[in-house]
Parts: sequence; C-alpha cells; structure tokens
Amino acid sequence: MTNEPKKIRLDHKVIVDLVQEKSRVLDLGCGDGELLSLLIRNKNCHGTGIEINEKAIYSCVEKGLSVSHGDIDSGLKDYSDNRFDYVILNESLQQVLHPEQVIVESLRVGKKVIVGIPNFCHINSRFQIFFQGRVPVTQELPYEWYDTPNLRFLGIKDFRKFCRSKNIRIEKERYLGQHNEVSILPNLFAHIGIFLLKRG
Amino acid sequence: MNTDGIGIVETQYLTCFEPPNEFKLKSGVKLGPIKIAYETYGKLNAEKTNAILIFHTLTMDAHAAGWHKDAKKPGWWDEMIGPGKAFDTNKFFIVSSNVLGSCKGSTGPASVNPQTGKPYGLSFPAVTFEDMVKCQKVLLDHLQIKKVLCAAGGSMGGTQALKWAVDYPEYVESVIAIATNTRQTAQQIALHEVGRQAIMSDPDWKGGAYYGQSIPARGLALARMLGHITYMSDQSMDEKFGRKLISKEKIGYDFTHDFEVESYLKYRGDSFVQRFDANSYLYLTKAIDYFDLADDKDLASKFKNSKARYLVISFTSDWLYPSYQSKEMVRALKANDLDVSYVEINSSYGHDAFLVEVDDQSKLISHFLNRLAKEKLG
Repeated sequence: MTNEPKKIRLDHKVIVDLVQEKSRVLDLGCGDGELLSLLIRNKNCHGTGIEINEKAIYSCVEKGLSVSHGDIDSGLKDYSDNRFDYVILNESLQQVLHPEQVIVESLRVGKKVIVGIPNFCHINSRFQIFFQGRVPVTQELPYEWYDTPNLRFLGIKDFRKFCRSKNIRIEKERYLGQHNEVSILPNLFAHIGIFLLKRG
Repeated sequence: MNTDGIGIVETQYLTCFEPPNEFKLKSGVKLGPIKIAYETYGKLNAEKTNAILIFHTLTMDAHAAGWHKDAKKPGWWDEMIGPGKAFDTNKFFIVSSNVLGSCKGSTGPASVNPQTGKPYGLSFPAVTFEDMVKCQKVLLDHLQIKKVLCAAGGSMGGTQALKWAVDYPEYVESVIAIATNTRQTAQQIALHEVGRQAIMSDPDWKGGAYYGQSIPARGLALARMLGHITYMSDQSMDEKFGRKLISKEKIGYDFTHDFEVESYLKYRGDSFVQRFDANSYLYLTKAIDYFDLADDKDLASKFKNSKARYLVISFTSDWLYPSYQSKEMVRALKANDLDVSYVEINSSYGHDAFLVEVDDQSKLISHFLNRLAKEKLG
C-alpha cells in the first residue's frame, strides 16, 4: 500500500502491540478496516472482520480486506471453535445487544479476545453528573442520550467484575488517556480500557 | 452509439460434441452436436491468466457488453464491462457464453435436431447447471484457458459461478456471486411453476411443437409478466407506477387496463415473446428449479476443495433471492475457512437491483478484482 503514513491511533497501537506475529484475527465491528490493515501490515496477520455499516464495508474492500456485512450478535455463529488466535472487540462491545453472549461466543471462536471499552466512569463524567446533574457528554463520549450508538454503559471496574464473575481470565490490561497510557487509578483517569482475555 | 465502451462486438460460435462423441447429460441422455454462442472482450495475456467468466441470467445471452452492429442498445451488462469499468477490459479477458438450453445462439429446444431436420421441441433433453457448466468448460479448453481469475454473475448467473467453483475448484481463483442462491426454495420453484403452467396451458403451445406455426405468445407473455413482478419490489413498483391511471381520467369499471402497472406488464410480456422461446423458458426455469448445490448433503462440504476468494452481494429488497440465502452461502464458505467478503447493498429495486445498482457494485467489484490482479498477475 502506498498510502501516506497516517498517525496511528493510540488504542490501535496498543492492540497491535498485544497481538502476536502471524496470528489469525477476527475484528468485530471493524469499521473502515484501519486496525485490520495495521495488523496485516505490521504483524503479518491473517485477518477478517464483521461490520454493520455498508459504507464502511466499501472502505474495507477498497483496502483489500475481506469482511462481512452484518451484526456482531449473529455474525459469530458462522465460525467454528478456536478458529482465530484473537477476536477483537474494540469500541464495539458497548454497542451490541447481548454483550455477555458476544464475549462468550468470542472466547469460543478465538483463543484469546481483546476488548477495548470506553470508560464511562472517567473523572470528567463523574464531575458532570455530580456538578451539572446531567448524563455526561464528553470529548471521548460525545453522544447525547437520545442519539448514541452505545447501548451499554460501563466502567473499568464493571468490566473487571464481569470477567471475575464469568470466570474469564484477564491476561493483560492497558489503560489509555487522551495521549498516553494511564497507570494509576484507571477507573478514574483512563478513557479507554483494553483487556486481553482468555477462557478461565 | 456510445463510444466510451468496447465498441462493436460479434457473437462467435463453437460447435462441439459431434456424433459419435456426443455430450452425456446429467440425465444420462446424449446430445450432439452442440453449438455454444459466446463473446469475448479484452485481450488474453500471454500466460492466459487474466480470463474472467461472466454468466448471464435466465433470459439473457452471450452479448454482455459492447454493441452489435446497428443495435439500438449495448449488451446487458455493458455498464459493468469495458475499459475502466468494474470488469476492466484493459486488464482482463472477459468470456461470456450463452447457456445450453437457451435460444440465444447455443443449442436448445428451438434448435434443429440434425437427425430429424426439425426443431427438437420437447424431445430436447432436460438440462441442468452441471451440464451448462460442462459446456462452458469445453469452451474454455477451446480458448486454451487453464484457470479463470474470476467466475462472476448475478441471479442464475451467480449459480453458475458457484457451480464452477464446486465442479472445477482448481480452475477458479475467485467467485463473484450476486443476488443468487445455492438452492431453489419452494417459493422460487412455485413462482416458476406458475410461469410454466401459463405457457403449457396456451393452446398454441401444442406440447412444445409450435415451431413454424403461431407461438404460445399469451402463455409466454403471462410467464414474463409474473417474472417481472418477482424482479421488482413493493417499493420500486409503487415508486414507478403508484396508482397512476393509463390514458384515462378515471377508473373505467370494466376490464380494460386502468392502471399504468397493468399496461407496463402487458408491454413487457408482449415484447418478451418477440425475443425468447417458450420452450427454452420451460427448460431453463426447470434447470434452475433442479438446482441444489448441496445435493441434499451438507452445503459446506461442497466447498471443501475450493481455494477461491469470494465476493457475495445481496440486496435488501430482493425478495426473489433474499439475503438469507446469500448468508447461508457465506456461512458454508466460512466453514471452509475461505476468504469471503459479503455485502448486503441497501436498495429498493428488488431483484433487479443487480442490474441497476451499478455504482456500488462497480466499487466493490473493481477493488476485489484489483487485489486479485495484484496478487495473481503481478
């Protein structure tokens, strides 16, 4: 590809870092295929994706990617057990109808699952709720309640608790601020949490 | 005449299976000689690796692109095939042939049986997709093509592309299957059967032996009218015709045509009988109805030898070949770990969308083929 070297998003950088060379990857909610292309180019991965947005699929095909048009909730059924080394759910888990089922299914078709979630419990959001008494609308979560793709609202702690209760092992966790990784009090200071999961 | 396309093209013919080396059909019956009408566009490269097979729909023909001399319109997929178009004739060598059993130049029920000197009529053997594809393979051998870069088609053309992938897996590098299926459902068979009954109940049909006499025009026109309804969607019909009246101020309260949609269907039916043979309509709709790629087995197992890359396209408003059938296909391909892309294009044009939605399909197909060309042709 001869595209201009674009600035790589921090969350993409971290996810690419978590993935082993030459892995088989399924990106659920792959959007316009930016992350998939990175994984193929930088880590020699063999990748495919599922995406609900028709126009985004065209961008993927233009990038030379193989992707399927459809929703994540039903798309996972097409794959047999352990088909992928990694199933990636970046910024998409909070938009699915049945997140628990999607995680369970992802852990079936993938040996490992990478989940990236926006942290709804960031300090900015807490301030907005506390001082303004309104549901937060922040730079990272810019949606009004009546027009948001997000169906689920969770924090870093919530996700950790979910994994514990479902006997899902968190192998690695990384926390991102606006420009850098966050190392202290992620549930308060991280905008994004990225988790590498394995069956317990 | 449009000059930005391929320009003037001519249909060519290959005659094969001369007796005693007749073609053995799936039904066991032998047939020969067989004539195959075909057209080619673009240039075959020296390595013979840039060929793309295009397959036509039920009533179309080998003339997919370019212009026949003195014709009023170009080939049926001219918007997609040509220099710089989705199937780029600057890069690829396109082969398009008319199916066995049709009436558009290849041997079919309207052809003269050399043994009797009369048209075959119903003595023509039943044909299947397996038979059609075998004949296309003979054409490829004749053109000395050992592998096709892509097998592509919509509707009945898509089923041929899939049949190629299953029957000649080593020949096919990629498949583009548009608005198609892997098996005919009861509803699809039922709709065809009404069309066939319309033809066969026309007194002029005469058991298929109407050649040289008046043709079963009323029956065939009826079949075509029904066909047209199934190719459109509720929305596209309503947008095109609504309840508009045809050259009258108010409803006539008689059984002449009141609505525009009525006269449109009549017009489409009547013009169809000028260009298509009723018996071919019977044979080809039956061939489609016999089609079940899985052969009652597990569909996924059929693709086990395929190494092709797939692009599957369906349309939201297509109720004749609904998207769930494409999704079944995609699931079977994924079960074999095949490289597949699937898109359900949002369109209100029903099954016709595959001929109408040129821009979206062009984008998908040209990028899909470019990637293949880069990898396979260098």
